[in-house]
Amino acid sequence: MKRFTWFNVTALTLGFAFLYLPMVILVIYSFNESKLVTVWAGFSTKWYGELLQNEAFLNAAWVTIKVAVFSSTLATVLGTMAAYVLVRANRFKGRTLFSGMIYAPLVMPEVITGLSLLLLFIGIGLDRGVLTIVLAHTTFAMCYVSVVVSSRLVSFDRSLEEAALDLGCSPWQAFRLVTLPIIAPAVISGWLLAFTLSLDDLVIASFTAGPSATTLPIKIFSAVRLGVSPEINALSTIMIAIVTVGVISASLISKQASLKQQRDEQAAARG
Amino acid sequence: MRRFALIAVPYLWLLALFLVPFLIVMKISLSDIALAIPPYTPKLDLTGGWDAVTSFFKALDFENFEFLTSDDLYWKAYLSSFKIALISTVLALLIGYPIAYSMARAAPEWRPTLLMLVILPFWTSFLIRVYAWMGILSNEGLLNQFLLWTGLISEPLTILNTNTAVYIGIVYTYLPFMILPIYSTLEKMDDSLLEAAEDLGCSRTSAFWLITVPLSKTGIIAGCFLVFIPTLGEFVIPSLLGGSQTLMIGKVLWEEFFNNRDWPVASAVAIILLLILIIPIILFQRNEQKQREMEG
Repeated sequence: MKRFTWFNVTALTLGFAFLYLPMVILVIYSFNESKLVTVWAGFSTKWYGELLQNEAFLNAAWVTIKVAVFSSTLATVLGTMAAYVLVRANRFKGRTLFSGMIYAPLVMPEVITGLSLLLLFIGIGLDRGVLTIVLAHTTFAMCYVSVVVSSRLVSFDRSLEEAALDLGCSPWQAFRLVTLPIIAPAVISGWLLAFTLSLDDLVIASFTAGPSATTLPIKIFSAVRLGVSPEINALSTIMIAIVTVGVISASLISKQASLKQQRDEQAAARG
Repeated sequence: MRRFALIAVPYLWLLALFLVPFLIVMKISLSDIALAIPPYTPKLDLTGGWDAVTSFFKALDFENFEFLTSDDLYWKAYLSSFKIALISTVLALLIGYPIAYSMARAAPEWRPTLLMLVILPFWTSFLIRVYAWMGILSNEGLLNQFLLWTGLISEPLTILNTNTAVYIGIVYTYLPFMILPIYSTLEKMDDSLLEAAEDLGCSRTSAFWLITVPLSKTGIIAGCFLVFIPTLGEFVIPSLLGGSQTLMIGKVLWEEFFNNRDWPVASAVAIILLLILIIPIILFQRNEQKQREMEG
């Protein structure tokens, strides 16, 4: 029997207070009337209004979303392919190098990834802009996707796929009709992970963005360097709200999907 | 054919956008700074034939690396990054372990919720989480207001733009990476071991140190590396929360590249950072492998 003691309650309370209080304070102060962020001067939503008028921020937000959608989609396709290769193709020339290149970007400091990509883009004479950020984000995000997807592929029952092939499916049909629906939750969470990584990235984007394309994190970073501002608080609050709603609904959906899959598998087993 | 394409597409992508850029960094780290665009020399000109290739390799040297050892800014920055990463890792372990331990002891129906509460901040923008502390730690910030109000201090403390703020920022942002692996080892632990130890006369405290801690060792090691490795090259936290005296190698690299425009030296700084990182990365992978073998 596990004992849940006062020590446990205190540790959890203090721990979660530490994790959440700074963000709660940030959200509260985004509704502050005063320009001085540390003095409370009454409730107001005026900073949200000012934010919506700020063209530079809106443009940057648009660039960021574009980059995130393109790069995460591309990264999901490439990452799923890579995961398939990692799990299924055991022998081919250069497999060690391949798996090394999948895992290395996960531990590579962002400053180095950014620097090396910038030097490549300059070396081949590619103008820096939306395209170069997409290429950079795709490269590191596909590694995260392939790790997420391959963990699902490992636990996947191959006999289902073999059955489909025996029953006359082509390999592509077997993948589309059998494998893909089963690994879909992992593919979707891989996409979400790639999307948030791209939205969030400051360092790699700073190296690979040109003057024509500024992303939101770059914009926030240069504003924040000058100190705390109520507009940034408002912007942060919007971003926190989107993430919270997104994560909670995604986890509810995946919970339902896994329950349904369990029921289906049981029904199939009873036959 | 299809199998070939399946392997070739991600393979070529990673070769072109991961390996080749990396080789370029290595090459530039051996080049000399020049007043040109791009600002380094020599450039490899394949149209010149074999002579061009040999003269290219002759022009490469280790001057930038020698420069790094002669100027004490650099080795001080490496040492200080190492120290900051080490202290932050220990702090994150001291704070993270009790949280992970308590999560593993909570009722099973509560655990998914607690787990999500730990993961949720990870999905929130890193930049915003660091920024949140700027308003709290500044001289007129909420922490100082609170401490003045309680009467614990009479003068506001200077925390923002010091190393203390950097430690707080790192522990705060990387805490989930410490909690999750420890929690996953503790959750799998068989509690009858603790009962057996207590039946045999072990006190609760010594049962904790003799059984719980050794059994969660792989989680502790994984968590420590997951905090230590990214912290070593951290840029955002030292530049927002740290002060002018906060030396971290990620920041030095950034300034060398963007402010001084010295690409060869920035590349050499990057190569050395990577060489330093190889040891903890290998140790981390060994630990992961050991864990898999124990489970398999």
